[in-house]
Amino acid sequence: MAQVLMKDLNKKYDEVHAVKDVNLHIRDKEFIVLVGPSGCGKTTTLRMLAGLEEITAGEIHIGERLVNDLPPKDRDIAMVFQNYALYPHMTVYDNMAFGLKMRKFPKAEIEKRVRDAAEILGIHELLKRKPRQLSGGQRQRVAVGRAIVRHPQVFLFDEPLSNLDAKLRVQMRVELKKLHNRLETTAVYVTHDQVEAMTLGDRVVVMKDGWIQQVGEPLELYAHPTNKFVAGFIGSPAMNFADVTINDTGGVVTAESQGLRLQVPPAKAGALRAYKGQSVAFGVRPEDVHMATASDPAGLTFDATVEVVEPLGSEILLDVRAGGSTGSSTTTIVARVEPTVRAKVKDPIKLAVNPDRLHFFDSKTEQAI
Amino acid sequence: MKKPIAGGSARVEVLAPPRTARRGGGGAWLENERLLAAMLLTPTVLLLGLFIAYPFVMGVWLALSSTSVGNVGEFVGLRNFQKAWDDSIFRTAFWNTTWYTAWATVFKLTLGMWLALLLNRNFRGKRLVRASMLLPFIVPTVLSTFAWRWMFDPTFSVLNWLLFRGGFITNKLPFLSDGAYGMWCAIAVNTWRGMPFFAITLLAGLQTINPDLHEAASLDGANGWHRFWKVTWPLLKPVTLVVVVFSIIQTFSDFQLIYVLTGGGPANSTHLIATYAYQVGVATGLLGEGAAISLFMLPVLFVVVWLQLRYLRRLET
Amino acid sequence: MVIERRWKKWVYFYIPLTLFVIGTLFPFYWMFITAIRPDAELYRSWRAVNNTPFWTLAPTLDHFKDLLAKTTFPQWLWNTFFIACASTAISLFCGLLAGYALARLKFPMAGALGTSIFVTYLVPPTLLFIPLADIIRSFALGNTPWALILTYPTFLIPFCTWLLMGYFKTIPKELEECARIDGATRFGAMLRIIFPIAVPGILSAGIFAFTLSWNEFIYALVFLSSPEKKTVPVGVVSELIRGDIYFWGQLMAGALLGSIPVALVYSFFVEYYVTGLTGSVKG
Repeated sequence: MAQVLMKDLNKKYDEVHAVKDVNLHIRDKEFIVLVGPSGCGKTTTLRMLAGLEEITAGEIHIGERLVNDLPPKDRDIAMVFQNYALYPHMTVYDNMAFGLKMRKFPKAEIEKRVRDAAEILGIHELLKRKPRQLSGGQRQRVAVGRAIVRHPQVFLFDEPLSNLDAKLRVQMRVELKKLHNRLETTAVYVTHDQVEAMTLGDRVVVMKDGWIQQVGEPLELYAHPTNKFVAGFIGSPAMNFADVTINDTGGVVTAESQGLRLQVPPAKAGALRAYKGQSVAFGVRPEDVHMATASDPAGLTFDATVEVVEPLGSEILLDVRAGGSTGSSTTTIVARVEPTVRAKVKDPIKLAVNPDRLHFFDSKTEQAI
Repeated sequence: MKKPIAGGSARVEVLAPPRTARRGGGGAWLENERLLAAMLLTPTVLLLGLFIAYPFVMGVWLALSSTSVGNVGEFVGLRNFQKAWDDSIFRTAFWNTTWYTAWATVFKLTLGMWLALLLNRNFRGKRLVRASMLLPFIVPTVLSTFAWRWMFDPTFSVLNWLLFRGGFITNKLPFLSDGAYGMWCAIAVNTWRGMPFFAITLLAGLQTINPDLHEAASLDGANGWHRFWKVTWPLLKPVTLVVVVFSIIQTFSDFQLIYVLTGGGPANSTHLIATYAYQVGVATGLLGEGAAISLFMLPVLFVVVWLQLRYLRRLET
Repeated sequence: MVIERRWKKWVYFYIPLTLFVIGTLFPFYWMFITAIRPDAELYRSWRAVNNTPFWTLAPTLDHFKDLLAKTTFPQWLWNTFFIACASTAISLFCGLLAGYALARLKFPMAGALGTSIFVTYLVPPTLLFIPLADIIRSFALGNTPWALILTYPTFLIPFCTWLLMGYFKTIPKELEECARIDGATRFGAMLRIIFPIAVPGILSAGIFAFTLSWNEFIYALVFLSSPEKKTVPVGVVSELIRGDIYFWGQLMAGALLGSIPVALVYSFFVEYYVTGLTGSVKG
C-alpha cells in the first residue's frame, strides 16, 4: 500500500512561512500533480516528502509509516530532478545501479533491473556512456531509469521537463504518462506549467503562497474553480475577468460593467442576489465566448470592437474591447472563434457567452459564488 | 481536507520541531547534519587549536615574562615590549620591515600587472613561458636566494662584472656589505620571487574580463593606456586587493630571505622583525624578549586585513 | 582588435616579454652554470682573461659528486620528501573534511568557525616559532620529522580548506540529494559522489601544499638540530658552509638538486597548480 498522507504540513524558514497547513491524501497508484507559480510552496512540499527539508510542523505518512524522522534513504522513494543530477563520473549503467548497490542487491538482480528499465526507456545502447556524452532528452531518460530500477513506493518528480525544448517536452509528457500506466506506482509531480498538470495528473493540486487553493480532477478544476486564482491559472488562454456591478431590477439579476450588460442565468441568480448593488468579479473563458447568432438571447450578448486578431490556424483569438461605438470602456475580452470568421481590426462585432460557463467571484475573498 | 481561505489568515499552531532520530548509536553521525559536521571538523580544530591557538596564547604569556632557555621566568608585564621599543636595532628592524614590505609590494604589483597584461595575449610558446615564469615562486626560497647571494658576492659578483664590462661602474658595488644597498637587494630578490604570484593571479583575473568591453572602449576612442585605467583596472580591483593583502602578510613576516641573504648584517642593519626575533629568542636564548619582538607584527597585520575587508565590502555594495 | 604596427608590437610586447623571461630565469641559469664549473673558473679575478663568461668549456660533475658522497645531502632529500608527502596527506585529509562541512552542512557557528580558520592564516609562523619550540620539546618531538609533519598543516590546512570549499560549492547540490534518496547516508554521499568529482580540486590543493612544505624553513630550522635529520633548505644553509668558507660550487649544486624534485612535480601538474593558486585567491 503506497498511499501518501500529509497532515497539517507546515514549513517555516526563519521569517518566511513557505508551506501552510497542507492536508493531502494521495491514493495508491495515483499520479498527483502539484502546480502553481514560483514560490507557491510546491517544491518545498515535495522536498519535505523526500526528506530533503526538515518538517517544521505536521506529519507525512508513506504507506503505513510515519516518515517525519526518517532520512531520505529509508523512505523507499525515488526522485527525478529538474537538471537530472546524473553522477558525472559514472557510466549510465553505474548511475542506474547506484541505488541498488547501496542497498546491497546481488549483482544478477541489479543487472536484470537495469537492463529492464533501459529497455523500457529505450536507452539500452547508452549504458556504457558517461552523462556528458548524452543529449538532454537522453539524460532525462537515464534519470527516470535510475528512479525506476529501485521499484520504490512513490515516485517524486521535480519539474523534470522544464529543461527540455518544447517539442521534446510534449513527447516526454506522453511517455511519462504511458510509463505511469505501465508501472502503476504512486507519483507526485511538481510543475509550474498548467498544461503538464492537466495532461498528466489524475488529480491536480493548485498551490499559491504556501496554501492549497484547490484539489481535484483536471476537468473539475477547469469547470468549477473554487476561487479566482485557480480560475485564472488553469486553462490557456487564461480566463477573462471583469469587475461587474450586480443589479436586481424586477427580479432579473444583471451583471454590468462598461460596455457589458449580461443577464445572470437562473443557476447563479439566487446566490448573486445577495450581492445586489455591489461589485463582483466576473469570469468567462475565451472558448465560451462566440460570435453571436440569432439564437443567442439578448441578455447574453454584447457589442465590442476588435483590437487584435491572432490567427492560430485551428482557431482565431480576437482581443476585443466591449462596448459599442463609444470605444472608451475598460473591459477587454479575448474570444476564441472559428477559423472561418472574417474580422479585421476596428471592426464592430457582436459576441455571445455560454450561460452554463459563467463564473462569479467575491471581490474581497475571491471565492467562487 | 480543509478549504483554505484564499490568502488566508494563518491560524497556524507551529508545533515544536520533531525530535531528530537516534536510530542506534553508530548510525546517527553519518546522517545527522550537526553531528556529522562536528566529526568532520574535529581533526582540523584539534590540529589548529593545538599548534596555533595554544602556542599563540603561550607566546603572549612568554612575551610578558622573563623566560629564557632553561630558565622559567616570571611575569614582568610589558617590560619586554618596552625594552624592544628602546632597542635601536629593533627600531631599525621595524622600519626595515615596513620599507621592505612597501617597496616590494609596489614593485611586485606593477611588474606583475605588466607581465599579466603581456601574457594575456596569444603567442607561440605561451604555455611554456607561463609555466616557466612561475619557477621563482615554486623553487624553495632559501635555495634561490643563495643563487642571488652568489650573484651579489663581494668578490665574484656576476652583476658587478657585467656592469663593469658595460662601463657603468669603475668600482664594485657593495651589494650586501652596506646596509642601504642590502635592503634594496633584498627588495629586488623578494620582487623577483613574488612577482610571478601576482602575474599569474592577475592574469586569471584578466581572463574573466569580457573582451567585448575592450572593443567597445576602443571604438569609443580610448587608447591602450585609457583602456587599462577605465576598463581593466576597476574590474581587477577585488582580485588585486586580495593578492596584495596575502602578499603583505607574507612579506611583512618574512624570515628566510634576509636570513640567507645577509643574516641581518652588516652590523644588524638589515634585520627584519622576524630575523631579529630569531636572533634574540633562539640564537641568544632570551625567549621572552624574542616573543615580544615577534608580537609587534600582529597589530600591523591585523590593521591591514581589517582595512582590506572594509574596502572589499564597500566594493561589493 | 585594432591592428598594431609592427614596431609597436616589438617595443611594447616582444622586448618587454623577453626581458621578463631573461630576468626571471637568469638566476637559475647562473645556479646551473656555477654548479658545473670547475673551481678554477669560479674563483678567478676580474681582470683575468675571461672568454666564456656565461658558459664553461670544461664542465665538471665534481661538485655534484662531492655533494652526494661527502655530505648527508641525499638524506636531506629523503627527509624533505617524506615530510612534504606526510604533511600534504594530513592537510588534504583535514581540508577535505572541513571544506565539505563548511560548504555543505548547516550547523550553528558555521560562520564563526570559517572565520576563525581564516584568522589562523594571519598568524604567521614567524610569530609562533618561539612558543612552538617549547611545545614541541615538551611533547618530546624535538629533532624528529614529526615535529614538522604536525606543524606544517597549520598553514596548509586553511589554504586547502578554502580551495576545496570553493570547489565543492561549484558541484550542484542535487547530486548529493539524489545520492541520499538512492540510499546513501550524508557521509556516504560525500565519500562516493562528491569526493570523486572533486579530484581535480584535490590535486590542485595537493600540489600547492607539497610545494609549500618543501619551501618551509623556519620551523625546520628551529625544530631540527642533527645534521642527518635536516631538510634540504636547512641543510644547505647550515651544513654546506665550513668555517665561514662558502663552497659555492657545491652550494649551487645542492640548490639545484634541492629544487629539481619540486620543479618536476610542478611541471607535471602546472594547470592544477595554477588553478590552486588562483582558486585560493578568489576565495
